[in-house]
Amino acid sequence: MQNKSKISRSDLLKGLVKNGGLMMLGGLPWAAYVEENKEEEFVLRPPGAIKEDDFIKSCIKCGICVEECPYDTLKLAKASDDALTGTPFFTPREIPCYMCTDIPCVEACPTNSLLKDLVIDKESDKYNINKADMGVAVIDQNNCLAYWGIRCDACYRACPLMDEAITLDVKRNERTGKHAMMKPIINPDVCTGCGMCEHACITEKAAIFVLPKEKALGKVNNDYIKGWESEDENRIDSTNFYIDKNKVDKSTLDYLNDTESLLNDE
Amino acid sequence: MSKIGNYKFLVLRRIVQICILLLFWGTNHFGWTVLKGNLSSAKVLDRFYLADPFAVLQILATGTIVSFDIIIGVVIVVIFYGLFVGRSFCSWVCPVNIVTDMAAYLRRKGLGGNKYLKLTRSARYYIIILSLIMTVILGVAAYEIINPIGFVVRGVVFGFGIGGTLLLVIFLFDLLVLKNGFCGHLCPVGGLYSLISRYRLLKVRLDNDKCSSCMDCKVVCPEVQVLGIVGKKSGNISQGECTNCGRCIEVCEDKALRFKLF
Repeated sequence: MQNKSKISRSDLLKGLVKNGGLMMLGGLPWAAYVEENKEEEFVLRPPGAIKEDDFIKSCIKCGICVEECPYDTLKLAKASDDALTGTPFFTPREIPCYMCTDIPCVEACPTNSLLKDLVIDKESDKYNINKADMGVAVIDQNNCLAYWGIRCDACYRACPLMDEAITLDVKRNERTGKHAMMKPIINPDVCTGCGMCEHACITEKAAIFVLPKEKALGKVNNDYIKGWESEDENRIDSTNFYIDKNKVDKSTLDYLNDTESLLNDE
Repeated sequence: MSKIGNYKFLVLRRIVQICILLLFWGTNHFGWTVLKGNLSSAKVLDRFYLADPFAVLQILATGTIVSFDIIIGVVIVVIFYGLFVGRSFCSWVCPVNIVTDMAAYLRRKGLGGNKYLKLTRSARYYIIILSLIMTVILGVAAYEIINPIGFVVRGVVFGFGIGGTLLLVIFLFDLLVLKNGFCGHLCPVGGLYSLISRYRLLKVRLDNDKCSSCMDCKVVCPEVQVLGIVGKKSGNISQGECTNCGRCIEVCEDKALRFKLF
């Protein structure tokens, strides 16, 4: 029996150490490259894209969504692009998402990285591109002509959800005393991030531009609730922040009335 | 044997490889519906999907559940290659093969370098394991980000970027550093096809009675170790690493080698 195994234990250990070392030699620079390539937070994904972390896991990099896009909005990332190599993204300043009502990119995705459920109206079971959540437009007020008091409403007119995603705030122009300021205001709850405003913006570098919501928006914790909005109060119920589930059985009054536990010093 | 007959499989392979690239390219540029996508995953005739088993294996390793379409796509590919034509993907479909064959050809003409590197042909299986470990740790399909097959096909279909230079790196590596270095030693995609191709139907068969042991076949074979039986005994080339490229059959003056289906 002993003759059968030709590899001694020390040889086996040496082999393991050597091969493990070789794999680390190749694996560590490779891992560093992969890590560097995937750390990109300012990439805009097609409509219906699932959360970025899950998106880069599930996308098979086939590029079918890119081929289906009738406006050539979507591009497949090259190694030098910001997005993870081989994944779809778009740059609204060049070509924005024109919000196809039949959403061919989502329809074609074989891996559900672009998830139909995210852009389908539950009642009618039909696509509703306005449910898309690609990002949110933000305005650089210092460089927006409308905020200077010059008449420009290019973004407002370009917006496919005019008067919903972008509204105009009409104010008196105190400087001239006889003109109106028509400032565009974005409603982040409605804005889909299509980028038609960014595409239309007339300044040299767009003063209105789309960012991923993760990057552009803040987040309020449960310490602050809009008590005047019944919907906002649901945020309390959705967490255990105020309620310790181990103690809910007894109210504070019960505790005070419970003399037994006060006497029994356990 | 005529000059053309000496290259019949080679010519046929190049036609198949280029036609597949052309179909992908034309689908993107002219709106054909024959072959949409690329070699990671493709939609065929607008009806069903095909998917690269190694890419899907990595997606699974990230902890993602793949869709039904993709599972069907992988099953079709695995059955087609694993049970029927073996590792033919590498020599009949993969565009990187055109480049590495060119490097091997130039090497035979004496233009290449020495064997500077000694590397086991099992390296590809270690790379499969490494890819999957890294995919689990990093949470993203690790090999797909550096996969030269992906770079080449995406380059042809959507336009080449800086990643296209990877092809040049592979060419120079094969030419100057290690003979059949990439396809024959490193590529985990080919490695996975090797692993599933052991029990394929299409194999090369050697008739040892006709063989004069000239070893011409071993000169051209990109996976020489599979030709171990040449000059010794009749039999099938059964190892999964054989890509069924048919070069050995073409160069055999004795007609001792042929494709056999069973």
